[in-house]
Amino acid sequence: MTKIGVLGLQGAVREHIKSIERSGAEAVVVKKVEQLAEIDGLILPGGESTTMRRLINQYGFLQPLQQFSNAGKPIFGTCAGLILLAKEIVGQQEPHLALMDIKVERNAFGRQRESFEATLAIEGVAPDFEAVFIRAPYIIKAEANVEVLAKYNGAIVAARQGTILCTAFHPELTEDDRLTRYFVKMVEDVKKELA
Amino acid sequence: MANLGTDRVKRGMAEMQKGGVIMDVVNAEQAKIAEEAGAVAVMALERVPSDIRAAGGVARMADPTIVEEVMNAVSIPVMAKARIGHVVEARVLEAMGVDYIDESEVLTPADEVYHLNKKEYTVPFVCGCRDLGEAARRIGEGTSMLRTKGEPGTGNIVEAVRHMREVNGQVRKLISMSTDEIMTFAKDLGAPYQVLLDIKANGRLPVVNFAAGGVATPADAALMMELGADGVFVGSGIFKSDEPAKFAKAIVEATTHYQDYQLIADISKGLGTAMKGLEISSIAPEQRMQDRGW
Repeated sequence: MTKIGVLGLQGAVREHIKSIERSGAEAVVVKKVEQLAEIDGLILPGGESTTMRRLINQYGFLQPLQQFSNAGKPIFGTCAGLILLAKEIVGQQEPHLALMDIKVERNAFGRQRESFEATLAIEGVAPDFEAVFIRAPYIIKAEANVEVLAKYNGAIVAARQGTILCTAFHPELTEDDRLTRYFVKMVEDVKKELA
Repeated sequence: MANLGTDRVKRGMAEMQKGGVIMDVVNAEQAKIAEEAGAVAVMALERVPSDIRAAGGVARMADPTIVEEVMNAVSIPVMAKARIGHVVEARVLEAMGVDYIDESEVLTPADEVYHLNKKEYTVPFVCGCRDLGEAARRIGEGTSMLRTKGEPGTGNIVEAVRHMREVNGQVRKLISMSTDEIMTFAKDLGAPYQVLLDIKANGRLPVVNFAAGGVATPADAALMMELGADGVFVGSGIFKSDEPAKFAKAIVEATTHYQDYQLIADISKGLGTAMKGLEISSIAPEQRMQDRGW
């Protein structure tokens, strides 16, 4: 069975675990670096990106996560996870994992009172996905090798680059598993190729 | 069409804070120390609870200058406290763009009968609770996050433990009840019936429940996680300790790895003195903050 991890340092971990299980894969909370060896794909959940980065450094996750991705294993980042994946972050000297050729702006829609829900069309996933944006970032620039999957008012809010998927919103806060299923399929496809 | 301030957006914000530590700060410098240490949010205050306790008199919403200073200093969410039932303090904080409002018993209540109708606000609220009845009443009014009341500013964990155990024990009891017993349970708890039905159907509270009120050491934070807290608020504990930066980091780490006891031992070494604690029985009943609100 395909096994998908959720980085469990901080944030909405349980919701992703449930969504993975409903999508027919095995789910595991990843708190230690060694666990990366036993999973086929990884979700970087929503939470506070600043906090997660501190914890990633503290527990020596930075390079192992980059190696995990370079080995071709799929990663899906939601909200804070998207920020962790970006190569460039507005107003910040250094990126985090720097795995995707995108430039992102944090809290791009504003503070919590500007947080919102909206229905989105996501290319290859769903024509009517209820997306929950919470102090969300968005992608202000994506290189040509990045496939834009969804936009909201002109801003890129979902994208894919090879085996890496990201969304500015939180699919884990709804009961809609279509994005998780899309990711599970990505992981299964790669697993077949690597086998 | 964008929908602002929906339940999902308000509760979701608190979900993102799970497994994290929210720290009380009184200025930009402390806010930066908290962010650097890995706090998921800060609570902007004029005085931390132990100083409020020492100062006596009426405690109100912080000076907006302080709240603004903290909001400008960090990129993590900023919370602030309004007095229980104080509609205008809450609206002022909302207008300033604070990310979360704590309708808090740490401040002197503005209304001894009514709590805020939190459903009317775009900004989410966190409220304190001592038992499931109180938790359900606040949920009924629209709170998006709960925390134990504990006994703030004491550095004594005993009340937070009592409140966390009480709420979780009553949730377990509710889940195992048959539906025809719930109305009587609701009557006994003074809890809204519909909220209890929802909790039973989902097998858990509909919002996260953090620990607050008396967390003074990394081991205290880990204890609350062990008892089922979704995260931890630390008030006076950090900036009343000898080495706030080190202390803050240690509390964050203990919260993440609350079952890694060797690690908690290591990070607890050489932390200096924690804040001086207060025995609950030494506090006159009328000065107990947890008895404010109902």
